[in-house]
Amino acid sequence: MALVELKNVSKIYQVGDEEIRALDNITLDIESGEFISIIGPSGSGKSTLMHLLGCLDTPTHGTLTLDGIQIQNASPMQLAAIRNRKIGFVFQSFNLLPKLNVAQNIEVPMIYAGVPARERHERVMEALKRVNLENRARHRPMQLSGGQQQRVAIARALINNPRIVFADEPTGNLDTHTGETILSLFRELSQHGHTIVLVTHNPEIAAVTPRKIEIRDGKISLTLDERLSGKNLHIQS
Amino acid sequence: MIFWNSIIVGFKQIWSYKFRSFLTMLGISLGVSSLIAMSAIVNGMENGMKEGFIASGGLDKVVIDDQSVPTYQEHLAEMAPGKTMKDIDALRANASMLKHISPEISTNTRYAFRGDIRTRASEITGVTEDALFINQHEIEYGRWFTKLDEENGSPVCVIGTQIRDELFGNPDVIGEEIIPLGEQIIIGEQLFTIVGMFQHYESEVARRERLEKRAAQALLPKGPEKAFKPTVTSTDNSRSWGPRRGRGGGWAFDRKNSTIYIPLKTALVRFRIAEDSLQLDDIDIQVADYEKLEDSLQQTRNILMITHNGIEDFTFNTQESNSETIEQSIQNSRRSGTIISIIALIVGGIGVMNIMLASISERIREIGLRKAMGATNSAVFTQIIIESIVLSSLGGLIGLAISYGLVYIVGSLSTSNAPVIKIENLIISMSFAIIIGLIAGLYPSLKAAKLDPIQALRYE
Ligand SMILES: Nc1ncnc2c1ncn2[C@@H]1O[C@H](COP(=O)(O)OP(=O)(O)OP(=O)(O)O)[C@@H](O)[C@H]1O
Ligand SMILES: [Mg+2]
Repeated sequence: MALVELKNVSKIYQVGDEEIRALDNITLDIESGEFISIIGPSGSGKSTLMHLLGCLDTPTHGTLTLDGIQIQNASPMQLAAIRNRKIGFVFQSFNLLPKLNVAQNIEVPMIYAGVPARERHERVMEALKRVNLENRARHRPMQLSGGQQQRVAIARALINNPRIVFADEPTGNLDTHTGETILSLFRELSQHGHTIVLVTHNPEIAAVTPRKIEIRDGKISLTLDERLSGKNLHIQS
Repeated sequence: MIFWNSIIVGFKQIWSYKFRSFLTMLGISLGVSSLIAMSAIVNGMENGMKEGFIASGGLDKVVIDDQSVPTYQEHLAEMAPGKTMKDIDALRANASMLKHISPEISTNTRYAFRGDIRTRASEITGVTEDALFINQHEIEYGRWFTKLDEENGSPVCVIGTQIRDELFGNPDVIGEEIIPLGEQIIIGEQLFTIVGMFQHYESEVARRERLEKRAAQALLPKGPEKAFKPTVTSTDNSRSWGPRRGRGGGWAFDRKNSTIYIPLKTALVRFRIAEDSLQLDDIDIQVADYEKLEDSLQQTRNILMITHNGIEDFTFNTQESNSETIEQSIQNSRRSGTIISIIALIVGGIGVMNIMLASISERIREIGLRKAMGATNSAVFTQIIIESIVLSSLGGLIGLAISYGLVYIVGSLSTSNAPVIKIENLIISMSFAIIIGLIAGLYPSLKAAKLDPIQALRYE
């Protein structure tokens, strides 16, 4: 069974009399350990899809299974617990809490998971080592460069050992070079067995992932999978 | 754990907006401090009332007051006789249900002098021995007026200890008790000889404090003998009547201690311009049996109606009616004070709610982010409401400190009873602060808890 299974999922927003189909009948599986990118032009529905996959939202129609749990009927409290234990997020604008230092920022998900203080501290130091920021634990986010902040955000996303990490335009606020180091960090994490979903509008960034899913107008328009016989083109209707 | 963490986060949040938080807290502080100060002042008033009762005679004391004649007798108003010695004679002869009848003539002066030293008495009044019984005075030194004093209108007086303190020296200051019998003082430009002095009246608390102080002083090595300087005593307010009176002491005792009595006849012949007038300023009576107060007063009324030619120009002022009015006014003070303080607290609470709403709208992204990281709605709710409670509790604690200052200032300014802060008032006021924080935080917390994480994360 796949880690994530989406079956005929739609997300419909009602704006006044108008019905906006942000996602329209999407079926998709993501296997554990996969490194995958979701690509598409602005407004195509990438973020909406990521929010559903990340259990921040529930679909209007269809079913979504994550790690064997049915998501579409889950209560807000169950969703919060799933996000806490099984999902990590990395955002374009880093989204670190400015009043907290680096270590405290990384700690937050563990606090909601009820991890005791001593263990929290150990795990924070471990995570900082993994992103090469072990001597920045007491720094405030504002005292770090964009790339460093994004690495802190990645450390935070990984801190509860999630089943899957979502990154929405993680290099969007970074220069090309820094963006590349972040991408290679993701690649490295993927090699260590993490499941990572990259959301981007930039095909060059999507090029780092073996599988790419293109979305247009809320539908999957194209799936590219390098693993299947070189450059396999699979067009969904 | 999340609870404890919320408290820490709350403190941090408040600390990172120190000035704003402080201004918000101030609203709560004012409410709390006014609530505490108000109850302290009313407590002081209440104590004063109780002490006043103890000091100024029991419930069986009744004061006969003037009253404008009833409307149906208005045409007779000119002929209203007022209180005279005739009333006294008639009452003495016929009012079998009265134990004491005390005619009083005031001297219309309040000041007594010894050389250049001046003191203000609570009253300088011509009385008979009945006043001693009715007002529960005890002569500790010397004697009461003799028959001769009374018949001749001699210039003699009996004084309270506070008069002695101010004119001759306070034993707590000079370390020895002066008994000024035979000394002369000037009242209304006439020389009077002191023939007696009352005992020192004070509340239990005041007595204990004074004795402790004296014991502590006795333990100290004796310094050079302090010469008595009256100007110094007047600044020492441990036992003085007037605006500089002591804290903690009941005004009723102070008042009683600064009494000067002279013989009735003396007041009449030496202080009245129309010497033949037998007009009295006051008649106090004491009923023999308090159980029969109504009947006793009816008998008194009947007798007085005869001496007053049927004109009802007098009324009875009982301690009971006094105590009722005092109690009523204390109740009113307490009520209006509470209402004002609660309004202040509510205004403070609105301030807290306002700042919490501002705080969450500044932190919409943070809240969205926390939810994305697994914060449940209730965790977000708890965080915001604890922040609100921490804010208002800190305000309450500041208010507690302010109230002590306020009470100190009120205590040193007021001439009535010193305010008393009770533990239960502190607890009630702090509870109010916490409850206000809870209520004020409710709506912002709910709003924050209900935020849609996606919308919150999109928010710029
Ligand atoms: N809450 C909402 N109410 C109404 N319409 C919405 C809502 N959220 C998203 N949409 C619409 O759904 C569509 C998909 O939006 P989405 O944010 O997923 O696009 P995107 O692919 O992430 O674009 P971008 O690359 O600009 O981030 C858009 O047309 C958007 O207007
Ligand atoms: Mg997007």
